[in-house]
Amino acid sequence: MHKCGSLLVATFLLVASLTACESSTPTNTNTTSPGGTSAPAAGGTSQSRLDIIKQRGKLICGVDGKIPGFSFVNESGEYSGLDVDICKAVAAAVFGDPNAVEFRNLDSTERFEALKAGEVDMLSRNTTWTISRDTSVGLEFAPTTFYDGQGMMVRQDSGITKLEDLQGKAVCVEAGTTTELNLTDAMRQRGVQFETVTFQQADPAYAAYAEGRCQGMTSDKSQLVARRSTLPNPDEHILLDITMSKEPLGPVTINNDSAWFDTVKWTTYALIEAEELGVNQSNVDQLKTSDNPNIKRFLGTEGDLGKGMGLSNDFAANAIKAVGNYGEVYERNLGEGSQFKLPRGQNSLWTNGGLMYSPPFR
Amino acid sequence: MVNNGKQNIPLWRDDRFWRIALQVLVIVIVVSVFALLGGNLTRNLRQTGSNFGFDFLNTSAGFNILDSLIPYNPSDPYSRVLLAGLLNSLRVMFFGIILTTILGITIGLARFSDNWLLRQLSFIYVEMVRNTPLLLQLVFWYGVFVQLPPVKESLRVLNSIFLSKQGIFMPWPSGIQGIIGLGVLIICAIAAFIMWKKRTKVIVEKGESGQSQLITLVMIGAIALLTLTVGLNWQRPIFNPTTNNIEGGLRLTIEFTTLLVGLVVYTAAYIAEIVRSGIQSVPKGQWEAARSLGLKSSLVMQLVVFPQALRVIIPPLNSQYLNLAKNSSLAIAVAYADVYNVANTTFNQTGRAIEVMLIIMGTYLSINLLISLGMNQLNRTVQLRER
Repeated sequence: MHKCGSLLVATFLLVASLTACESSTPTNTNTTSPGGTSAPAAGGTSQSRLDIIKQRGKLICGVDGKIPGFSFVNESGEYSGLDVDICKAVAAAVFGDPNAVEFRNLDSTERFEALKAGEVDMLSRNTTWTISRDTSVGLEFAPTTFYDGQGMMVRQDSGITKLEDLQGKAVCVEAGTTTELNLTDAMRQRGVQFETVTFQQADPAYAAYAEGRCQGMTSDKSQLVARRSTLPNPDEHILLDITMSKEPLGPVTINNDSAWFDTVKWTTYALIEAEELGVNQSNVDQLKTSDNPNIKRFLGTEGDLGKGMGLSNDFAANAIKAVGNYGEVYERNLGEGSQFKLPRGQNSLWTNGGLMYSPPFR
Repeated sequence: MVNNGKQNIPLWRDDRFWRIALQVLVIVIVVSVFALLGGNLTRNLRQTGSNFGFDFLNTSAGFNILDSLIPYNPSDPYSRVLLAGLLNSLRVMFFGIILTTILGITIGLARFSDNWLLRQLSFIYVEMVRNTPLLLQLVFWYGVFVQLPPVKESLRVLNSIFLSKQGIFMPWPSGIQGIIGLGVLIICAIAAFIMWKKRTKVIVEKGESGQSQLITLVMIGAIALLTLTVGLNWQRPIFNPTTNNIEGGLRLTIEFTTLLVGLVVYTAAYIAEIVRSGIQSVPKGQWEAARSLGLKSSLVMQLVVFPQALRVIIPPLNSQYLNLAKNSSLAIAVAYADVYNVANTTFNQTGRAIEVMLIIMGTYLSINLLISLGMNQLNRTVQLRER
């Protein structure tokens, strides 16, 4: 009888704790208490992610963490790269402090679930903007920060020069990516029989390619170039002169939270607009007193552009002070200032024939 | 006084009341826990705006998989790719269970060998394998197999087995003749088994020499051997220098080989220990009695000790088979397209995490229940029959 009694007490405790879980869930989602990790509810009744971030005091940003030039952790544990700079810019826009950000490494199959579950506030992680991700997967895509295309890396001495040469060969690819689907499409279109070796994570995929398990390695071109620099003999590998797809890469937030989405969207645009206006990291403070009303409005010395989003009016100035304008971010991480020396190409401003274009700050 | 006392027992001290009340309470708790979880799920689904449903299974998958036992095309629906993944899983489980049983029993018996070196080697094997994580071992084996030479310079064994990065190629029966040949072999095996039983019976019960049965057995063996060499229409893998590929024969990708070897080696260490414990559970008197009859030590094991050890071995062996089946989901670490790997890609492309997880849970549950069912049947046949 005594035994039964303690069993009873134990079950009651279990049920009580479960009920506690249950009753706290709706309060979390409906009023979204500080630090709550639940996704914001649909219908706009809930508090925005932006408020959660402000209360928490720092931004949690999901990155890849293993692609030099985009997001890479160096020996001293510091993150750098284009994707990382976007996170820092958003942190600076919200808090005025680019270091108020925490990075989480996510692989390609974890990223959307992590975002949806509220583990991270935003993704800045080489994510391709597609209609199905924007609609049925339930994401919101901020402006593209890097226009890419899918490429194919092969060994120089393999004699492979076009996709047709991969007949009967193996191609390594990362699971859960658009590249996996595009590759299949491109090969089907050409009637090429090949085999896909699909890895859950990028590291083993590139390792298997380096060991020669696959004759080809496919991914976004920028990623291939960046990853090539980490292979044992980078010079032995070449990129085929083929672009299999359009890969617009940019930051991502959760659906149905327009206040937070606007913050990420307009911070990204601010970096592009800054380059067009000629505002950079070094002259941003002087230009606050510029005669140009466009610049004054943009940097927050005039007008109330930031207030409308729930930020300070000088959010753009803070972001630029933290990481520089888009051109500076690009050159530092991928362009002349980096080991990759990637030409701007499609990623130039629209005024230079590229695709980078910001709607007016007005 | 006694009667009075019985009537006056308060409800909270009545054992019969509590027995019923506890049952009711347990049911209420179980039902409410499930209702709670279900309610949470539907509420969260509603909040993220996703509709629960399995319609996505009919849409085109669009991705390619490495191994497939059935014809698969990327334009086929998700249901087809999941089926291909399931067959890949079953293939690994089936061959894994057979091979790991053979290896495990061998190692387990080796621990009782009279040979010192063999005993020590099997001890080291068991301790090494049992005390390192399976994932680590799989990554290790992948590292080993990926070091094989490329197709052009593949290692050849007797010019018919090729070992390379692209896979292991070996001769395999081909065409209709191959299928007929396999059928003949199975019939031969069954006939031989029946004949063997008959011979034992004749020798034991009638005291005959069993000569005529032995001749029949030899003839069955000859037929089987003949079928094996010429009747199966063996197709050898051949290296084709123009396409730089090996064609024909059976190809095992290194991903499949890695997973199979990893699972077999890992599980065999546990099975070896189970076999050892089973054999040690047989009383010493049985050994001594068998030896006193003048049996050789191999026959002591085969006829007296091992059949009795089976009673102890089979129940824990069942759990090891279940573990192997579940561990096969680590295929994802070595790029083998098993059902979990394929499902993972599926839910990534479709965003249907809950539906896909339900499918996966159902699949592994059914497979494991089937394995358990088979093992329970087997267990029944080796248990002591009370007379």
